[in-house]
Amino acid sequence: MAAEKFETSLKKLEEVVKKLEGGELSLEDSLKAFEEGVKHAAFCSRKLDEAERRVELLLKQKDGSFVKEEFRLEDDQG
Amino acid sequence: MELFAEKRILTVSQLTSLIRGVLEENFEHVWVEGETSNLSMPVSGHLYFTLKDAGAQLRCVMFRASARALRFKPSDGMGLIVRGRLSVYEQRGEYQLIVEYMEPLGVGALQMAFIQLKERLAGEGLFDESHKKPIPQLPQRIGIVTSVTGAAIHDMLNVLNRRFANVEILITPVKVQGEGAAEEIAAAIRDFNRYKEIDVMIVGRGGGSLEDLWAFNEEVVVRAIYNSRIPVISAVGHEVDFTIADFVADLRAPTPSAAAELVVKSKTELAAEVEALSHRLVQGIRHRLAGVDARLFSLLRSLREPSMLLGHLGQRVDDLLGRLDLAMQNGMSRRKERLAFLLNNLRLTNPALLVERGRDMLASLSARGEKGVRRIVERCHETAAVDSARLHALSPLLTLARGYSIVRKLPEMKVIKESSRIERGDRLELTFHSGSALCIVEEKKQAGS
Repeated sequence: MAAEKFETSLKKLEEVVKKLEGGELSLEDSLKAFEEGVKHAAFCSRKLDEAERRVELLLKQKDGSFVKEEFRLEDDQG
Repeated sequence: MELFAEKRILTVSQLTSLIRGVLEENFEHVWVEGETSNLSMPVSGHLYFTLKDAGAQLRCVMFRASARALRFKPSDGMGLIVRGRLSVYEQRGEYQLIVEYMEPLGVGALQMAFIQLKERLAGEGLFDESHKKPIPQLPQRIGIVTSVTGAAIHDMLNVLNRRFANVEILITPVKVQGEGAAEEIAAAIRDFNRYKEIDVMIVGRGGGSLEDLWAFNEEVVVRAIYNSRIPVISAVGHEVDFTIADFVADLRAPTPSAAAELVVKSKTELAAEVEALSHRLVQGIRHRLAGVDARLFSLLRSLREPSMLLGHLGQRVDDLLGRLDLAMQNGMSRRKERLAFLLNNLRLTNPALLVERGRDMLASLSARGEKGVRRIVERCHETAAVDSARLHALSPLLTLARGYSIVRKLPEMKVIKESSRIERGDRLELTFHSGSALCIVEEKKQAGS
């Protein structure tokens, strides 16, 4: 689950909840769905606290390839 | 005037030249308004037309250099305000206005250009809803086409900093006004499409005059947006500013900040969403278990056995639910913490454990249920055995009344119908219509002997 994205997990959580609410699962499957849902909820919650933002400039080279460069706002501008 | 003092004869050319001099000197810089007619633009690129009102007409020409700079296209019937100088076209003896600048009457030239381009592109279907691409819900990589020195990038990054952090932002720096701006913006949009690895792009700039925003009304930008395979959000100027880029974009944001808000959900909104789903998750399992609960209770009741064990499971889920409800009742600001707490609790109480316990309980209960049922069935079997023995004994009553007896061999009480089944010394029971007797076989005779 480590490589999973927040929105994938959120979507799965939603699916699991809908399945569970649909009431058509066997008891066994309901319990499995519940366990899975709790995992996703915990994952989403953890992801919300992560700060992974990157802001970069995409610059085109003369040969048409791209390079990325870290971007920082200069506060005296704008 | 001196000219007429004596009878001085002038040639037509001389006179015309004199008239031209007078006109050019006195009408060097005039503004005229009127209605356009007889408009033509031959291959030379000069623009010829007549301005008229109810009482008069004025021949006009706009030379190619000036005509090329026009952003809108004049047409017959259009009201125009023009600026120019009067001159005489000597070969034809006509005076005419040499127009250097013109704008449509009532609206400015840029506005007219805007209206005309918009109409033309609308006619081509560039703004059709069917062509618009959906904006992804939670994009991971966001491209921004704007100036890195303007207010817009500040506003957007400020908003993004307050919101969901788990995104990557790529900026292609461009000029957003002045010569070449439109081409740079269009190229940046194409570059993002070539680079591919973004989910959505914001194209825009901060507020400014109509002229400042003009690049976003240029056809090259509009077409680049239309041809983009990556969804485009336009974010130009303030809420009241509309550019043609806004019409062709997949989504128009009223301002750059608003675009950032549209594209990145707020942490609190997302936290609330996760929380709501967690709530439904627990409700869902509780509902499901409640059904099982009820069935087991009724099973237990029928078996007349204590039901203490089962209550435990329901209680745990109730407890969990109570905590969730409590979390829901608290204000938004604390929702996030509540959720974390709640989830931690969920983890601590270990739903897997809860589930495991439920499973064990179910297994043991069903085993016990089965045992109980088996016992009942066994008891029934016994009763049935006794009853059938009794029935066997009773059914021949009428026969016995007629004087027949039933012979059964001890100890298995097997009914004897042939002498071959008995031996000398066997103990037999004789059942009469009334009463019975115990006998011992003294002699056995074969059938027919």
